[in-house]
Amino acid sequence: MQDKAKSPMSSEFSVVGTRPVRPDGVDKVTGRARFGADLNLSGQLTGAVLRSPHVHARVLKIDVSQALALEGVKAVVTQKDFAPQVNSTTAFGEGTLNLMHMLTNVLAGDKVLFHGHPIAAVAATNAAVAKRALKLIKVDYEVLPHVIDVDEAMALGAPLLFPDMITEGVKPAPTTPSNIAKRIDIVLGDVEAGFKVADVIIERSFKTAPVHQGYIEPHACVATVSEDGQAELWVSTQGHWIVRMLCAKLLGWDINKIKVTAAEIGGGFGGKTVVYLEPLALLLSQKSRRPVKMVMSREDVIRATGPTSGSSMTVKIGATNDGRIVAGEALLKYQAGALPGSPVGPGCMCAFAPYDLPNVKVTGYDVVSNRPKVAAYRAPGAPISEYAVEAVVDELAATLKMDPIEFRLKNVAKQGTKAAYGPKFGPVGMAESLEAAKASAHWRTPLGKNQGRGVAAGFWFNIGGETTVSLVLNEDGTLGLTAGTPDIGGLRASLCMMASEELKVPLEKIRVQIGDTNQLGYNFLTGGSRSTFSSGMATVEAARDIKKEAVRRAAKLWELPEEAVEWDSGSGSVRPAGPNAGKHTPMTLVDIARIAGKTGGPIVGYSRLNAHGAAPSFACHIADVEVDPETGKASIVRYTAIQDAGRAIHPSYVEGQYQGGVAQGIGWALNEEYIYGTDGKLQNAGFLDYRIPVASDLPMLDTIIIEVPNPTHPYGVRGVGETCIIPPLAAISNAMSMATGVRFAELPMSPPKVLAALDKARAANTAKM
Amino acid sequence: MAKHHVQTTINGDPIEFLCDTEETLLDVLRNQLNMTGTKEGCSTGDCGACSVTVDNRLVCSCLMLGVEANGKKIGTIEGLASGDKLHPLQQKFLEHAALQCGVCTPGFLVASKALLEKNSNPTETEVRYWLAGNLCRCTGYDKIVRAVMDAAHEIRSA
Ligand code: FES
Ligand code: FES
Repeated sequence: MQDKAKSPMSSEFSVVGTRPVRPDGVDKVTGRARFGADLNLSGQLTGAVLRSPHVHARVLKIDVSQALALEGVKAVVTQKDFAPQVNSTTAFGEGTLNLMHMLTNVLAGDKVLFHGHPIAAVAATNAAVAKRALKLIKVDYEVLPHVIDVDEAMALGAPLLFPDMITEGVKPAPTTPSNIAKRIDIVLGDVEAGFKVADVIIERSFKTAPVHQGYIEPHACVATVSEDGQAELWVSTQGHWIVRMLCAKLLGWDINKIKVTAAEIGGGFGGKTVVYLEPLALLLSQKSRRPVKMVMSREDVIRATGPTSGSSMTVKIGATNDGRIVAGEALLKYQAGALPGSPVGPGCMCAFAPYDLPNVKVTGYDVVSNRPKVAAYRAPGAPISEYAVEAVVDELAATLKMDPIEFRLKNVAKQGTKAAYGPKFGPVGMAESLEAAKASAHWRTPLGKNQGRGVAAGFWFNIGGETTVSLVLNEDGTLGLTAGTPDIGGLRASLCMMASEELKVPLEKIRVQIGDTNQLGYNFLTGGSRSTFSSGMATVEAARDIKKEAVRRAAKLWELPEEAVEWDSGSGSVRPAGPNAGKHTPMTLVDIARIAGKTGGPIVGYSRLNAHGAAPSFACHIADVEVDPETGKASIVRYTAIQDAGRAIHPSYVEGQYQGGVAQGIGWALNEEYIYGTDGKLQNAGFLDYRIPVASDLPMLDTIIIEVPNPTHPYGVRGVGETCIIPPLAAISNAMSMATGVRFAELPMSPPKVLAALDKARAANTAKM
Repeated sequence: MAKHHVQTTINGDPIEFLCDTEETLLDVLRNQLNMTGTKEGCSTGDCGACSVTVDNRLVCSCLMLGVEANGKKIGTIEGLASGDKLHPLQQKFLEHAALQCGVCTPGFLVASKALLEKNSNPTETEVRYWLAGNLCRCTGYDKIVRAVMDAAHEIRSA
């Protein structure tokens, strides 16, 4: 796996499929790379946020006068300082956008909705003064009853977060308000008819806890707004054009007033696709006319950003004795946090997507409660619903006495399958992934005592979207590549490799950067597994643009019509074609660069596109788990992730995505959860108690890259970053039930819960004897 | 209150600074000395992003006060490479793609170097337990552990 070998299907390529060192690598192993908190400007102030000490309360009055009077305090802002926003929701990337909600999340208005909800912000000459100033802000609250659990929030008589919230998506519209923001229905065929012909039907209910993205770098930014209103923002984000747009809208500024530069980003996983500190820093800087730096504490990151939804779900699946699934039904209730917008939509769409099913019915609810508003987390919504479905699928296979892989293969989604959420799949790699799992050495290895093996499938759509890339041919024939999607895990390497492949220019001759918002046209964010797909597509197009221009310039020099000159992809040069072949010495890009001036000026390849045709990525994972019967502690003893990458441009970074997704999935399955007291306050807002997997918790994580090329990408790329977090939840749950004989239906399967389940099963067994 | 005058050595260079009593070594490194290679992930000793060595002992610089650096020898990520030669650990991290976002990387490198100086031939389990105080959310640790083992092997056979 560590060899320099190309991936198996990439033989038509010379660069794609190899494993070069990434171009930004040296900066990142020497400490030189500058992340969000690594920039300091002269005259810089420190920004700090006042947060609600209450879980749910009306804000009667905010008095900032004493804080403002403190020496060293240069500005204070509250929600009143922002542009008014309207309460309307639009589709946006992988989720939805409602600017009024976003503003309320940045700073509370007439109500605080969760413990840690921001309520005001200050800028002061240093952190100590800022901290003192926060204490001087006087807020009068009227404390209200709160609700944390999703089922309780949906119950009649629950404390309402919004007295005017009428559930969307229900006809006729309900006449009374509730905490249910929205209902979603997806229907394919007729599930009732399907269940009628089923020989076996299994119905189970599940609960999952909210989990945080857990990026190691807390949110951080530096803003500076000059006297003429020109603003610059340095920020750790997955999408600086998105930050620019959101800040402009929240502040009521023109977009051209704000230039955003993406710092190196220390992980995001979806959590850095929205704004928290950025509009505050801009506003504080505008008021103080000084640069303002804001960095979140780890506690605030966990308490008040992200996480993804916890859930309560019921899944019912019916199959015939020969192993054909005839109907699948799911009820999904997702926590949105304090403001609407859980990923229940994609949760509904993905739930049954790995399978070719005649009858599907999925109902989803987006439910608010007094928790931090959720943010996207790697395949938003999908791990949750697919976990429940894959657990029931596993139980069905066992009931039918079928091999779990064979059972899945019998029902597998393939080219031509109509997904319940609408589209017909093109070529997809679900069956290939299952076959590879079946053929793997892992699948055949005998298990030890107290061990179990589970498999699970996974599906994620992947997205494309607006993208701009520029590729400058320098005077000496070297290249400067500028992309606009932040590099979160090796993107620069993949883009350089595609440019190198296309132009036959060695990698070290290409210098790559992530451009700021003034350097390129609009770029949607790094998310939805889109950056290698979309920026890759644009890079290939920009490179092809260079080739076309090279042909034009040579034709001009040789005084030939353009059609009489061609690009020779073997040698990476232009040459006369047809009857003129051989009449002129072919010219490489170095030669073309030299004549650029006299043949028309600088040569810049450019691509601006809306990348369509992002093809889904399917996966199958195998997990071996050992459960200690004394303590209930589960350990992962072996793990293999098999996933379709379309084409692995840099296989190491594809493997890295798989492994990282698996590790997060393992944390989700076994350990991570938001723990609340009855007071509605989070009890584990730190890495000590919100325990993400550490090196000693995990074994090596094996990977198998399947390549079923995506026909719409010039090199066949599919997004790979998200699907890999989906299967671990169910694969581990299924392995646990094999290891213990007990079916688990709640995440995380932490030692106390597992031990309680084991004790209960042991007591039941003793009673039988 | 008056600031403290601290004399220390960082990556072999004599360094003097003034700091408040409550300032951590991490604050001093990042905010005063502009040595931002050492990262802050939690400031509570739970993530290891701020790893440095103090008289060759691995320490979370967020848990140590700046004044405690007086008279000590501090080692940070900025001191790992010598001239234009990367430390074998840095080289192996690059070759094995042992970083994705890279924010945990300085901490892992400093911690791994401290490990290999104590134990030049660690087992996989020893590597995993030594690095259990360093959080990485991107990689699942697989490639990090391989890079450390490979670097150990290279250093031994050098
Ligand atoms: S910042 Fe020191 S351990 Fe996390
Ligand atoms: S590489 Fe991102 S946290 Fe380790």
